[in-house]
Amino acid sequence: MRLNLKIWRQKDANSKGQMVDYTIKGVEGDMSFLEMLDVLNEELINKGEEPVHFDHDCREGICGACSLQINGEPHGPDRLVTTCQLHMRKFNDGDTIVIEPFRATAFPVIKDLVVDRSAFDRIQQAGGYISVNTSGNTVDANATPIEKEKADDSFYAATCIGCGACVAACKNASAMLFTSAKVSQFALLPQGRVEATERVQNMVRQMDLEGFGNCTNTGACEVECPKGISLENIARMNREYLNATVKG
Amino acid sequence: MSGLVKSSIARKVVMALSGLFLVFFLAQHFTINITSVLAPDTFNEWSHFMGYNGVVQFILQPILIAGVIVHFVMGIGLEIRNNKARAVKYKKYNGGANASWMSRNMIITGLVVLAFLGLHFYDFWIHEMDYKYIAGNAEDPTRYYAETVEKFEPFWRTVIYVISFVLLALHLWHGFASSFQSMGVNNKYSPAIQTFTKIYAIVIPLGFIFIALYHHFNPITH
Amino acid sequence: MGILDSKVPSGPLADKWTEHKNKINLVNPANKRNIDVIVVGTGLAGGSAAATLAELGYNVKTFCYQDSPRRAHSIAAQGGINAAKNYQGDGDSAYRLFYDTIKGGDYRSREANVYRLAEESANIIDQCVAQGVPFARDYGGLLDNRSFGGVLVSRTFYAKGQTGQQLLLGAYSAMNRQINRGKIKPFNRHEMMDLVLVNGKARGIIARDLKTGEIERHSAHAVVLATGGYGNVFFLSTNAMGSNVMAAWRAHRRGAFFANPCFTQIHPTCIPVSGDHQSKLTLMSESLRNDGRIWVPKRIEDAQAIREGKMKPTQLKEEDRDYYLERRYPAFGNLVPRDVASRAAKERCDAGFGVNKTGEAVYLDFASAIQRYGKEAALTSGMKDADDKTITQLGKDVIEAKYGNLFQMYEKIVDENPYETPMMIYPAVHYTMGGLWVDYNLQTTIEGCYCAGEANFSDHGANRLGASALMQGLADGYFVLPYTIGDYLSHDIRTGKIPTDSPEFDKAESEVKDRINKLMSGTGEHSVDYYHKKLGKIMWNKCGMARNEQGLKEAIEEISALRTDFWKNVKVTGVADGMNAELEKAGRVADFLELGELFAKDALTRNESCGGHFREEYQTEEGEALRDDENFKFVSAWEYKGEPKDAVLHKEDLVYENIELKTRSYK
Repeated sequence: MRLNLKIWRQKDANSKGQMVDYTIKGVEGDMSFLEMLDVLNEELINKGEEPVHFDHDCREGICGACSLQINGEPHGPDRLVTTCQLHMRKFNDGDTIVIEPFRATAFPVIKDLVVDRSAFDRIQQAGGYISVNTSGNTVDANATPIEKEKADDSFYAATCIGCGACVAACKNASAMLFTSAKVSQFALLPQGRVEATERVQNMVRQMDLEGFGNCTNTGACEVECPKGISLENIARMNREYLNATVKG
Repeated sequence: MSGLVKSSIARKVVMALSGLFLVFFLAQHFTINITSVLAPDTFNEWSHFMGYNGVVQFILQPILIAGVIVHFVMGIGLEIRNNKARAVKYKKYNGGANASWMSRNMIITGLVVLAFLGLHFYDFWIHEMDYKYIAGNAEDPTRYYAETVEKFEPFWRTVIYVISFVLLALHLWHGFASSFQSMGVNNKYSPAIQTFTKIYAIVIPLGFIFIALYHHFNPITH
Repeated sequence: MGILDSKVPSGPLADKWTEHKNKINLVNPANKRNIDVIVVGTGLAGGSAAATLAELGYNVKTFCYQDSPRRAHSIAAQGGINAAKNYQGDGDSAYRLFYDTIKGGDYRSREANVYRLAEESANIIDQCVAQGVPFARDYGGLLDNRSFGGVLVSRTFYAKGQTGQQLLLGAYSAMNRQINRGKIKPFNRHEMMDLVLVNGKARGIIARDLKTGEIERHSAHAVVLATGGYGNVFFLSTNAMGSNVMAAWRAHRRGAFFANPCFTQIHPTCIPVSGDHQSKLTLMSESLRNDGRIWVPKRIEDAQAIREGKMKPTQLKEEDRDYYLERRYPAFGNLVPRDVASRAAKERCDAGFGVNKTGEAVYLDFASAIQRYGKEAALTSGMKDADDKTITQLGKDVIEAKYGNLFQMYEKIVDENPYETPMMIYPAVHYTMGGLWVDYNLQTTIEGCYCAGEANFSDHGANRLGASALMQGLADGYFVLPYTIGDYLSHDIRTGKIPTDSPEFDKAESEVKDRINKLMSGTGEHSVDYYHKKLGKIMWNKCGMARNEQGLKEAIEEISALRTDFWKNVKVTGVADGMNAELEKAGRVADFLELGELFAKDALTRNESCGGHFREEYQTEEGEALRDDENFKFVSAWEYKGEPKDAVLHKEDLVYENIELKTRSYK
């Protein structure tokens, strides 16, 4: 395959970036999208140019490091995959592919396609935990049975990989799906109920402070989420937040 | 008010509540209006009640106006805020791949409906205020039907009304069900709410369109 | 004992840990506030250690090269975590878990450490449940278990195929709680470039801010390294792209002994390499071997026809297939330990029976499991005369419920439907049992420098059992290290803050800068990846699943030559004072080029086959590993002396007081 790539290049956080055109030949269908970029980078290095920077690590769809807005969609056109698991067989010979960083005011660009997603960490730090000592001596794990269905729902919420595709897809750059996934994971478990009121208030406050947009229920986040995190979590967070506000 | 809008979720809820209130109002408005086609006398009777009942005039009407204002002010505020949340835009953004046109363009459909409301207020509400309080005319329980039909005589006004109702339909298509999600309702009843939303978003605006067209094509012959 | 003192407490095995905890020195809470600890690496071991240390009251600084602690590669562990809870009532106990781990490790791990691990395992599950980790549950609301390779009980706790993710996020949330309290200061996108020793004690690190390129000094009273394994020395492995040995190797160069570098685990069920572009390998959970049958064609002509695409595997009749694991190991069959399964696959492929275009793949077939489950499902749902189609469909549904996410992942990568055609798998480098040598307290041979998780060598011997890596990481981090480090830190309550303007810091920083400048000034003939791939090829071919004297000797020469070439000719683009992925890679590959040589040297010294280390010269007539307990029942701990070839071997004798050494047999 021969592909035309239009890639956002930006020297550093303070520089002005621009789209740059590249042509790449010999792309195979079995390559992942990032392996295709590896090939491009190898060519650039051999020409003495700086390679395109992008975040990536596990390359098996679980660490959440890889990002990229590909042809206007986070993680590209395929569903339920991250960019590292998007394969080139989804594209055709001669295609033009536009590659941009995830865009949000709360995700400033560091270099090229690398963005700073530390806002997500700060939301988690504001309350994404259960305040239990980690030095042992808790009750037996089976002391509190938990309804399987609730445990499963909690698990599904907890499978969020924190990649930021929800923010990138949302026309409002809202982080509701991300925040609600963590709120839901704990709200569904008896252990998490104890701090539920404070948790949701603190996490939402931090989310707002970071400059993410407001949710308008377009549902784009759920469609683009590589882990299929459900909009139900956002509804649950709204509910939790309302309860918390009423309780004061 | 400031307490209500201090967080993004509170703002969502306010949007949802005011929206639902307006949806409810719309149904009531439609119920009265359709009588102008089915039974002009009933239309006159109900309209007169609405125009001169103290509770309606001095309690419900201000609430309605407040609801409209809150909904629009919050909506525009949301848009500005959300615009800032992505200061640098994408060169290519394929919004159609993951969300409906209606959900992505609430501001457009909303602003058109707002502009329409301006005309609508001018046509009826200002007229009423003038009739009752400025000109100080006497009560006339039979005038409403004729006045309404007369409004739809000009072709341009009928066209504006029809277009506005189409955009209102698009606005409702997303907004109605969305308000439940905003208030935290997403459960086994949600598919039913979705279906009801779609029916409502088609039937009510279509009904209004029908009324406008009916009166346009059936003018009162003097 | 010489310089290697394992500091294993005396007394009966089962009491050692409790006794030890009772006797070691503690630091009073008021004094903990005056003590700083650096934790490098924020995976299961580092993240949990940081959280507990901060909770105890120490001031903790964490460092990770990723943009968030949540991305550490512990997240990729799929199958589960072992714990001797005996919830299933199938006779499990701490002793049995201990025994299985020692046996699985082919009798090359330290008894006392492994027993402590087994003892703490139950505590981990309690802890994680309290933290809100959503483990799988049964319909009664209690925790569910599954079984794993190499053992006879069900003791593995799991969260679908994402156990590592859930446990890591648990540790991450515990960290977040401490960050919010101000007790942990996280330094993300930072890489440790060197360890700083003051008067022989680890007192800080030099780190590079990967965003700005700035070189920073950080001091502390102790340094904990929890930086994972070095599987990426093979270039292709199931490790994350950024996984590296730099922190451990820098500590090694400063005096920490490196133990058993040649003990590497090759995981039998990974998705095969598809071409030269391949950047990493993807694991398919070992749990698949519970239901999948592994085979290759019996006749070499059939294998050839399949490779050329002239024949489909489903066309091959039952009697023309060679289920070689079931043939060779009737007792354990497809559930033999990882090292055995991997070698058997390599043996078949080397003999020409491989089934993909590269000839390096075998089949993992679910057809008979689909039929078996389908029949069962038909019967239980009251269909006595179900037709074949219904049975197949019912069977597929069962398989989907059990392994759906793995099958989907396979299909995305390979573009073949594993419900219809057998999966192709091949072994890949997965885990490194070797690592920095540590004593019972997890302290390295540098005072004040501790090492936890995969980065140390201590618990898995020559081969790790499935679902034990997560267990070790969390046991070390939550329950072991925070106590044992207190014993050391109790001597530091009057030390006061460690200054960073000392000559030792000056020197370490300037050495780091020199090294960076040297990397940046290569003549620029080849990219970093060029060298990394070359190194990987040497490692895979000569230090991989099977090793021999000649190959290892060649490997040592070749790696040494490659290293010289690297330092002369590597091309690193960009600048040092800003984000530069090439420079990051170059630094890591430079260390792999040293480690690789020591790896080969270690393998060459160990004249026996055990666990993941298979020397072709030492095998039985049937091709099974031949262990030599008389001469090699020790840990090889290497002391840095300049070049890897000059490294000095120190032996820690392994003493088995509670277990009788046997030849592993899975027949």
